Amino acid sequence: MGVLSSSVSITQYRVEGTIEDSFLETVVDSLTNNAIREIDNEPEDKSVGWTSLESPFKPDFSGSSYIFGTHLIFSLRIDKKSIPTKIVNKHLKMAIDKRLEQSERESLHRNEKSEIKDEVIRRLYMRMPATPNMYDLIWNYEEKLLWFLCSQKAANEELETLFTKTFKLSLIRMFPYTAAQLTGGLTDLEKDNMEKLSPSTFYRGQHA
Amino acid sequence: MLDVSVAYNRYKFLGHEFLTWLWYMIETDTQKLLDPKAELADIYIGNRIVLENNSHNRDEVITIKGDGAGLEEGVIALQKGAKVTEINLVVKAGENEWRFNLKGESLNIGGLKSPETGRVEKAEDVEGAVLEKIYLYEKAIDLTNFVYQQFIKSRVSPEWEQVVVKNISKWISQAAKS
Repeated sequence: MGVLSSSVSITQYRVEGTIEDSFLETVVDSLTNNAIREIDNEPEDKSVGWTSLESPFKPDFSGSSYIFGTHLIFSLRIDKKSIPTKIVNKHLKMAIDKRLEQSERESLHRNEKSEIKDEVIRRLYMRMPATPNMYDLIWNYEEKLLWFLCSQKAANEELETLFTKTFKLSLIRMFPYTAAQLTGGLTDLEKDNMEKLSPSTFYRGQHA
Repeated sequence: MLDVSVAYNRYKFLGHEFLTWLWYMIETDTQKLLDPKAELADIYIGNRIVLENNSHNRDEVITIKGDGAGLEEGVIALQKGAKVTEINLVVKAGENEWRFNLKGESLNIGGLKSPETGRVEKAEDVEGAVLEKIYLYEKAIDLTNFVYQQFIKSRVSPEWEQVVVKNISKWISQAAKS
């Protein structure tokens, strides 16, 4: 599991909003409803959902296996299928040739080729298993903080979208501006001043 | 508060100024960077620093890496107007050591290696190991947040241009001579 890895990357978030009803019950229901859906043998090329730390290939949020003190730990799982272009081209050529032979024509209309291509890709996706990637997150629900153990832009965007959809809570990523505004300990006046800042020039020539 | 995606790009420069200031502080006043409550003993630059110079239509990236690598090239880059965009930090507390990369524009912590935790041999060991890891990650995160708070307080103060930037300029000048 990522959280116990010898080396991790961390993106910090603040969680905005509160869960009004029974917190843990709501969390479990929300996680279960938005758990990863397997897409092997399906025509989809991507699936994004939650999974549990201990059994990432069989999400299970029952009991308290995801609760560690005041932290909740679970994982974002992104399953993706990627078909090499050369394989698509090969199967597309074969399908077009077959259609031409069956219809005894010399060429196909562009729309027909496009339909064949969609069908070829759909069939290939059904035959191809998805590659799973898991990214752990640590949610300190009392402090309204969340650490996502990944710094990849695409995975962070998936997290933000799914988290909001799942819990109806917003995630605010901490970067220089948000960290200054939300956790920098600045007064309102200092926050206003910050918005007017422009870059400084550090080196101003030789000093005696 | 501004729209987040607009703010990310508009204030990216603050992250680069932060890491440049951090290098200056590590060289001149380390103790101010350590929160007394965090019980950390030392902080220094590890084996990687990346600078970028976008002034005067330049688009230079200077990367210095390797254990024991000198930072002279970095100082020259600072003289030319470059700022630090990424830094590898080492933080010590007794025998314990944290190593991680800090990226200016995002404040992301990368490649964090925290002190070793007890081995997980049985399923019952997992909870203890995870809690220990959380504690260790928190140390690096708290340090990053504490240091950034020191910076941003200073950055919005009236002394920034008149005192801090002047001192950084002097430091660059002296570092280039030594």
